[in-house]
Amino acid sequence: MTVTDTTEPLIDAGEQARLTARRRERVLRWLLPMLTVIAALVLWDRIVVWNAIPHYILPGPGLVARTLVQDAPILFPALLVTLQITLMALAVAVIGGVGLAVLFSLSRWTEMCFYPFAVILQVTPVVAIAPLIFIYVENRLVGLLLCAWIVAFFPILSNTSLGLRSTDPNLRDLYTIYGASRWQRLRYLQLPTALPYFLGGLRIAGGLSLIGAVVAEYVAGTGGIGSGLAFRILEAGYRLNIPRMFAALALIALTGIVIFAALSLISHLALRKWHESAVRRTE
Amino acid sequence: MVVTWRKPKPVGQRPPLMRMDGVDKVFPGGIRALHDMTLQVNEGDFVSLLGPSGCGKSTALRLIAGLMQPTRGEIRWEGTAEIGVVFQEPTLMPWATVEENVYLPFRLKHRRFVQVAEDIRLALRLVGLEGFARAYPRELSGGMKMRVSIARAMVTRPKLILMDEPFAALDEITRHKLNKDLLELKEKISSTVIFVTHSVFESVFLSDRIVVMAARPGRVFRELAVPAPYPRGEEFRTSADYAALCRTASDTLHHAMGESA
Repeated sequence: MTVTDTTEPLIDAGEQARLTARRRERVLRWLLPMLTVIAALVLWDRIVVWNAIPHYILPGPGLVARTLVQDAPILFPALLVTLQITLMALAVAVIGGVGLAVLFSLSRWTEMCFYPFAVILQVTPVVAIAPLIFIYVENRLVGLLLCAWIVAFFPILSNTSLGLRSTDPNLRDLYTIYGASRWQRLRYLQLPTALPYFLGGLRIAGGLSLIGAVVAEYVAGTGGIGSGLAFRILEAGYRLNIPRMFAALALIALTGIVIFAALSLISHLALRKWHESAVRRTE
Repeated sequence: MVVTWRKPKPVGQRPPLMRMDGVDKVFPGGIRALHDMTLQVNEGDFVSLLGPSGCGKSTALRLIAGLMQPTRGEIRWEGTAEIGVVFQEPTLMPWATVEENVYLPFRLKHRRFVQVAEDIRLALRLVGLEGFARAYPRELSGGMKMRVSIARAMVTRPKLILMDEPFAALDEITRHKLNKDLLELKEKISSTVIFVTHSVFESVFLSDRIVVMAARPGRVFRELAVPAPYPRGEEFRTSADYAALCRTASDTLHHAMGESA
């Protein structure tokens, strides 16, 4: 290589164009979805204004935002209740799902005996089971938790089970040669292999536990301790307070997005060192 | 720390390490993978199992590793079987760093990392990967991953290292380099190696004994001695002796294949 007196690296026109294209794509990746959402909101607003739709049929986005602020004293405590049930259900789903998956992998017999029950719980719609649960379970919080858990635990169980079975056969042989115990095999080989699968299941379960919590609240209906967001939507519906229904709906959707983003972040942080899904490629 | 690898002994004076006696392996369905295999391996040997695919060389290796039990015959060890293995793929745990991967055999024997940190460092230095202890496998090239795999196999200083076509998936240049480095390594640690390969050139370059195997059923066809002294380097690879030995091994292999075809 010859020494040149320019400190800038030499880039030809083609490379320059590729760099510009890449930079443009980086900006557009954020800008484009944001613009689409804003355009949709503007369109919604215009449709309401141009057609003079009354707010008790379809409120505009501005009114929904105002209601969100005005009704904050009602909506935010309700959000906290729903969020509390969602997160508790997710926690129980993680413990139950991973626990069952580990138990199944340790004992084929247990898996053969109990897997059908897990599938039955998964395929039966929670709205159909929930009324029964609220008849048998005295405590409303426990009932709500149970409903949300039934919806959320299966993806964790099935993904973690798949992961625990997906170990590299050569590594399995290696562990056998070194005389690894069942526990060591689980701790050092199966659980790390299952981690990406589990995290995939966790992201699905996060959304599902919110859905489970909301559905359970609907079924549990009014009265009792619960005054979560679903209860507020029901209540607003009875009073034809459509803007508040929209505001509560927006809050639920936002909560779902935040949960998904948080779990994606956790997943990324846990895998970024080694897993192909999270490793950033340089070119 | 003092390096206390076992000292090598000249061929002919080596004490026996392991012996396969009339070993048969029949798989379910009646496929006879290995027939009447007898093989004695002595301390310090570098034995190559050379043969076409289907000759049972990998089966023999799995039997020696204790991953399968023979249908007939027995495998006897002098003392306890201490084995290190290198597979055709590097077989590293992608979630663990290089040093954690090399630590694995110790970890499974309930040794603390700090107790064996020096052994791990030494093993990595011997394979020329000192600076990569904290790297993850995906950051390494194919040849470097293989080196980690070799470091892991020898870090516990096992009596016997089994290698199942470890360099078959690598390119020619990397393969030559690793062959040369493997010999230097073996000189340094003077361990015993059983090396499965289907490359005549590789087997002659590396081993002091070549066991040529034939297929259908898999069996030992003939055993060849490679009398060339170690250390062997580039000058051996280009010597007339080497060419003659390769010719002999190649002819034997062709006989073995002709007979079974």
